[in-house]
This record gives sequence, C-alpha cells and structure tokens, in this order.
Amino acid sequence: MVENHSLGRKTFMVLNTLGLGLFAFLCLVPMIHIMALSFSSNMAAGAGEVKLLPVDLSLKAYEFVLNSAHFWQSFLVSIERILVGLPVELFLTIFTAYPLAKEKKDFPARSIYLWFLIISMLFQGGMISTFIVVKSTGLINHLLVLVIPQCINAFNILLMVNFFRNLPKEMIEAASIDGAGHWKILWSIYVPVAIPSIATITVFILVRHWNSWFDGLIYMNDISKYPLQTYLQSLVIQRDTNIMMTKEEAALMALISERTIKAAQVFIASLPILIVYPFLQRYFISGMLMGSVKG
Amino acid sequence: MKRINFHRQLPLHLMLLPAIVITLIYCYGPMFGMVMAFQNFDPAAGFLRSSWVGLANFKYLFALTDLRQVIWNTVCIAVMKILLEIGISVLLALLLNEVKNRFFKRIVQTISYFPYFLSWIILGAILREILSYDGFINKALGYLGMHPLMFLGDNHIFQLVLVFSYLWQEVGFGMIVYLAAITWVNPHLYEAAVMDGAGKWAQIFHITLPGICSMIVMMATLSLANVLDAGFNQIYALYSPVVYKSGDIIDTWVYRMGILNTQYSLATAVDLFKSAVSCILISSAYFLSKKFSDYRIF
Repeated sequence: MVENHSLGRKTFMVLNTLGLGLFAFLCLVPMIHIMALSFSSNMAAGAGEVKLLPVDLSLKAYEFVLNSAHFWQSFLVSIERILVGLPVELFLTIFTAYPLAKEKKDFPARSIYLWFLIISMLFQGGMISTFIVVKSTGLINHLLVLVIPQCINAFNILLMVNFFRNLPKEMIEAASIDGAGHWKILWSIYVPVAIPSIATITVFILVRHWNSWFDGLIYMNDISKYPLQTYLQSLVIQRDTNIMMTKEEAALMALISERTIKAAQVFIASLPILIVYPFLQRYFISGMLMGSVKG
Repeated sequence: MKRINFHRQLPLHLMLLPAIVITLIYCYGPMFGMVMAFQNFDPAAGFLRSSWVGLANFKYLFALTDLRQVIWNTVCIAVMKILLEIGISVLLALLLNEVKNRFFKRIVQTISYFPYFLSWIILGAILREILSYDGFINKALGYLGMHPLMFLGDNHIFQLVLVFSYLWQEVGFGMIVYLAAITWVNPHLYEAAVMDGAGKWAQIFHITLPGICSMIVMMATLSLANVLDAGFNQIYALYSPVVYKSGDIIDTWVYRMGILNTQYSLATAVDLFKSAVSCILISSAYFLSKKFSDYRIF
C-alpha cells in the first residue's frame, strides 16, 4: 500500500515536471520563432521553412532596420519621453506623497487631498472627453503630451505614502525639533530611506512609458513624432508601409522579406524590456504586494 | 499658535499644488467633459456652449443592433478571460508548488512571467506572424494532419484566440501571486494533517485552497471592475474588419466612432454608459474585497 502510494507519487512528480516544462516551453515558443525568423534569409522566411532555429543565417533584416531613419527617429522619441517623463513623475510622486504621509493632527487637510486623488483613480472620464481635454490644453504634437496628462499616478503615490508612513516617527520628530524644514526633512530623511520603493516606482514608470502607444497615436499628428511602439503599431497593425518609408528604403524592402524585417523590429523593441527584466521581476511583485500589506 | 501652525503647513499645501492642478485638469476635466453625451458637441464651442439635446444620443444608440452585439462581446470576452485566468493560474501555482527543485521552479516562473511586460503591440505583432495562414502554428497543425485555420479572420474562433493570447500574457503573473499566497499558509497545518493521515488531495482541498481563498476572492473582485473593459490594447492589436462581429468591444467601438469618425457626442454617450456601469462594479468590488479579504489599497 505504502509502496503503491509512493510509486503513484513518483509518476505524478515526473509527469508534473514534464507538464510544467512543456508549459514554459510553449510560453517561450512564439518569441523563439520570431527571433529565428529575424535572423533567417528572405527565401527561407518566405517559404515558411523557419521554425525554432534560423535558416540560412542572415543579418539583412537587422541591417535594414538599423539603417531605417524612421525606426531610429521613433526610438529616439521613446528615449526622450522617458528622459523627460521619468524625473517629472518621480519628483511629483515624492512631493505629493510627503504631505499625504503626515499625521492628521499635523496636517488636517490630508484626508481631503487623499480622497481627491482616490476618486481620480476610481472614476475616469471616457476616452473621447479625455482626448478633447488634452487637445484643448494645446499639448497636441508636443513631447509633453506623452508626459503630463499621465504623470500623476494615484496608485504609485499611495504606494509611496504607505512606505513613508512606516518610517520610524522618532527620526522625523528629532529632525523637526532640530529645526529642519519640510524640504530638508524630505530630502535628507525620507528620500534616502525610501530608495527601495523609489526603485519599484521607477520600474513601474519605465515599463509604462516604454510600452505606451495609444497616446502617441491619438495625440501626435506627425509620424516623425511617434514613439517606437506607436510606430510599430502603424507598421504591423495598420500596415501603413507606404508613408513609413523613403523611396530608397522601399526599393531595398523589395529585396528583403517584410516578414524578417518586422520580426527584427519586434525583437529590437523588446530588447530593453529583456535587459531590465531581472529588476522587473524583483520589484514588480514586491510592489504589487506592498499595496496589500498596509492600509 | 494657529498662525505658526499655518506657516508650518503652507509648504505642505504648496507641495501638493502641482499634483492637484494636473489631476483637476486631466482627470476631473474629462469627468466633467462627459456632459457632452447630452450635447450635440461642437469642438469650436466647447463643453459649455455646445447645444443640449437631452437623451437623444442615448435613444439613437440603444436602437442600434450592432451596439448590442458590441456590449455582448465585451461581457463575453471579459468573463471568459477572468474565469480562465483565475482557474489556470491557481492550477499552475498548485502544480508548481509540488515541484521540489528550486532551480526548475524559478526557470518556469521566469519564462512564463516574461510576456506580462511586453506591450500588446509587440505581442500582437508576434501573434499576427505565428497565427497567419501560412504561419508557424498552421505549419505545426499541418504536421498533425489538420487543416490550416484563419485564427484572426474567423468569427467562430476569434474570441478563443483573444482569451488564449490573454492567458499567455497573464497567467505567469497570476501564478506567481498565488504561489506567494501558498507560501504564506502556515506549515504547521500540513504537519498536523499528515499526522492525521491526510493525503495530498485532502491537504490541497482542506488546507491550501482555503488558505489562498482570500487571495482568489481579492483577485476576482478586483477584476470584476474590468467586466466592461475587455482589453482595448489587445483587441486593437489583433482585430480587423472581418472579425468585428465577434471581436468588437465597447472601447474599440468608441475609438472608431469618436476618434476616427469624430462623432464625439455619440461615442461619449457609450463611454458614459460604460463608466456608469463600471462605477457601480468598481464600488461593489472594493466593498466586497474589503469585506472578504482585508485587502485595502487605501
């Protein structure tokens, strides 16, 4: 009886490991295929010979993408929106979280401000009225349109507030008795201790900025101002190949398969995420769970 | 005393000022802007001076049969996604929890969690390639002796493609969340159960599942808020006019009607309907999650 049970258990363990291995493999297959495709020759890709390994190894597709002016222009716009958006949002999050982390007796207006933010998180105006409002503030076609309308993220602010509230009170009291102002307390006491949660929020913001595409699509009238994901969207989803290319590029494109080029672009666009992935994995879960621990 | 207090608090108000102004414009502005659902909105006149038409927009919309189909699609897709995501994530977490090899465990988590961080534009481009008529998946089906399928062009299977590609992106995350919940279960409970002669099944049904029940309820209630939000990014990345019948959801309809056809008032009327229902769902979801699982984000 006991023998039998352990035999069943062993069989289960083997099948379970195989099953989970297969599941992980299936999750990865689409990415491997795209990578293989991007490194394959035009002929092999067109004939559908490529499976999980490159056929007729060729770097033509990458050569094309790396020389494509539009691709780099949009890559640059994505970098720009991060360089402007990240500091703006990070500073605003810290500034806003500091007063909200005060005790009610020190800052009676706290709960009014807090509700003001929470309501903005729970209820949103629709897609169209947001579009009209953003349009009427005159940011259309400007880099700031990708930064300002979304730079107050109530979820991130609440994460920060929770973190600040868990800091030892004695430390802050000691500082204020010494006569330090709010500004000094924030920069010399709160911020240095809050580095881990600032890192978490930085990761949230980075991923959101890199992956956003809809704002670029509706707020930018000029294709040269599209961020990378919006550019990819018009190439792959709207199949807008004509306006995206110069004549020389179109001529070149005829020689190289469209398939391998798209695959190469997809691969390059996911590289940054792949590079920060170890950090993402570490901070994302802890950030998500942080919200559920303390109210 | 009061004066000193005010001086002490003034910097706090000033620090909040930028966030409040931005929220007021870009969050409360659009909320107020929803009044254009009751107007014949004219962009040149703005929210305040456009002419009012009462409920005319709503009357017109709810007479449209294709809008009913759109609402039905939205609810269908969202409910399938929510149920399958929870079921499969919990199942995978339970299975992975049985694995003893920590290295293997880590590998499976790392791989399945990765698609969660890619945008739907990237995922959509990948899916469009591998699901195309002469793509990788159809080649593989050919080896198994099956006919190629139009995954993205067939109304019978498009919703399933949406649900499964959503699972591809999401289950890795769900699995990790439930795995974390499983490790929070008190290990003494298992020891006691083994003493009493409980087998693996009994342990799973009487200890593990009740232990992670509050996490499941929390995730379910939070996704309840998304029932009218079946995933704009994903569907935009995968659909085409051929599959509007099965794949068009409220947000994609609003996008085409409002942004592409500039029927601002009509699109906003649908938006307002969606917001009103979502608002009720979100409030009840937060109420429920607070009641059943102590989850509070504020």
